[in-house]
Amino acid sequence: MLSGVTAVLEIEGLRKTYRSRRKGARQALDGFDMVVEAGQVHGFLGPNGSGKTTTLRTLLGLIRPNGGRMAILGEEVPARLPEVAGRVGAIVESPQFFPHFSARDTLSLLADAGDVPQVRVTEVLELVGLRDRAKERVKTYSLGMKQRLAVASALLKGPELLILDEPANGLDPGGIREMRDLMRQLSASGMTVVLSSHILGEVQQICDSVTIISLGRRVASGPVAEVLAQHSGGGVVVRLESATDLPVAAQVLVAAGARVDLKPDHLLVTGIEKPAWVTRTLAGRELYVSELAPVTVDLESVFLELTGTAPVAGVHRQVDQSVEVPA
Amino acid sequence: MRGLIKAEVRRLAKRRITRLMVILLVLGLGAIAVAFSLASQKIGPAQIAAAEAEAQRDYEQALQFHQQMVTDCEAAKARGEDITQRFPPDCGKEPPFAPQREQFDSSWHLPYEFHFRDQFGVFISVFAGIVALFGFIVGASYVGAEWHTGGMMNLLLWRPRRLSVLFTKLGVLLGGVLAVTVALGAVWTAVFWLMGKYDGQTGEMTQGAWESFALSGARGAGLVLAVTAVAFGLASVGRHTAMALGVAVGLGVVSEIGIRIALGIAQVRFADRWVLSTYALAWFEKRWELTDWNSCNFTFSGECEPDKFIVTWQQSALVFGVGTAAVLAAAVWLMRSRDIT
Repeated sequence: MLSGVTAVLEIEGLRKTYRSRRKGARQALDGFDMVVEAGQVHGFLGPNGSGKTTTLRTLLGLIRPNGGRMAILGEEVPARLPEVAGRVGAIVESPQFFPHFSARDTLSLLADAGDVPQVRVTEVLELVGLRDRAKERVKTYSLGMKQRLAVASALLKGPELLILDEPANGLDPGGIREMRDLMRQLSASGMTVVLSSHILGEVQQICDSVTIISLGRRVASGPVAEVLAQHSGGGVVVRLESATDLPVAAQVLVAAGARVDLKPDHLLVTGIEKPAWVTRTLAGRELYVSELAPVTVDLESVFLELTGTAPVAGVHRQVDQSVEVPA
Repeated sequence: MRGLIKAEVRRLAKRRITRLMVILLVLGLGAIAVAFSLASQKIGPAQIAAAEAEAQRDYEQALQFHQQMVTDCEAAKARGEDITQRFPPDCGKEPPFAPQREQFDSSWHLPYEFHFRDQFGVFISVFAGIVALFGFIVGASYVGAEWHTGGMMNLLLWRPRRLSVLFTKLGVLLGGVLAVTVALGAVWTAVFWLMGKYDGQTGEMTQGAWESFALSGARGAGLVLAVTAVAFGLASVGRHTAMALGVAVGLGVVSEIGIRIALGIAQVRFADRWVLSTYALAWFEKRWELTDWNSCNFTFSGECEPDKFIVTWQQSALVFGVGTAAVLAAAVWLMRSRDIT
């Protein structure tokens, strides 16, 4: 084990460079680190081309890394992957199945291949809501149904660690909610879930912790609340009874040592210890606060800030075009 | 490991292309057997008498034509016409222009009679060729579709030992194709033996004759397995069924047409020694003789003997063995080293 007794998944300094004669070398992972604690639902976030899928594929032995160390359930991978694979369920990127087999056949064959009892097939079909359509060919399934089948295949082993790459892709709103409930249910049963998703609202709702990757490097990690707090900047929004007093109030606060961003109808004040200091300082100059609220950020804004992928009017951002953020 | 083998056997048997190809294979082989069964007739006194009568009719008809020709010739001669351009000397009254009874062999009019001992060897080659085509399509599609549809990636998430997965799939495929070959080969042999017994002749089937057929069958099965393995290897290298089919078509065009034409233009001696089908023929026939008709070696008796080049079944085994091993080695190397994206 690399570090920590409760870590289910550990990655240190993972590097992967894709080499192509035509396109040259492209560094997909550049010393990436990640730790997932046992029993958590862990969000794994990053823009397109940031290295998420490469990380997951490397972890699961599909891609060979150029450097770094990885461990799953305390076993170093890829060296000990065959020993630990039976305890890891995974879907990677879009669900892919043989189109002419039924869902039941698909799962039944996987169960045979993995020495899993056939009774599990019925159980997981029930769990993902495909019981009544299990005998139909996969080629007749919608993307959402294929996604459910993919999740069922990952759950078939009854894994200790479940790795899901975009599991909500193609699901209808009801399906997304069911998936969210399923994640919570699995987590409550003691399963560790690593969830890669672009639906950041969902991630914020169901994940205990997150890792954000950009340009092949980790740019943020930790419990969701901590990551949000780290990037809210401890700022407050200040509104006065009269908006015309805002420039004066800004000068007062700057002179008192705060950092102030003057907006048309409010001030954004950072670099202060307590919000009450703002009220006290302004009241001393007979400027009265009508609203004082802490700045709240959501995962989406943190994600966009950290990965430098926020849309800019008139600019068409290209895939792989992210802003490098200091580690 | 037993679970993986069981899963692969089920997967192979469940595939539509496998089932379809088995049905087509049985129908194709059945059609050949039925056609030959209908064509073959046991020859007895009645058939011989009918053939004799037919030969006699042909002879008499020829006599009539000849007589008419002689009459026409003599009439023309009496009119003083130049007959040398139109008729043989002496109006063809004498042999070889006059028909002789012995020229009309009654055996020409006998129906086809299948002779098991003499002819079944050819049918073993036909059987092996058809089953090899079956093995090629099933083998290429089995692993090609797995790669193409993402099934292989899914399986590797369950079974990360890549070579173990590849060899299990190959083993199951070869085992399955061999089982089909042996089962259908036994039926094929029985059907043709019955054909010989009831619609033709079996001949004297000594132990040596059966052993010879068994060896031909074993060589045929070997070729079927080699072709199947090559198709599997090519589709695995290209991660698509079309890779194997494309290479097969390309090789066919280059080897059977391109090389023949190019070497023919360059007047290379024994050009067919560079063509794959020559080695397939040598494999089935034990040896295949190529002749250089432009050469001449005078013998003591003054005859002209052309140069010959012999391709043996051992040489064929080397060519096909090395080819199969090279394709499989490439598949193994890529399976070990490639990133599965």
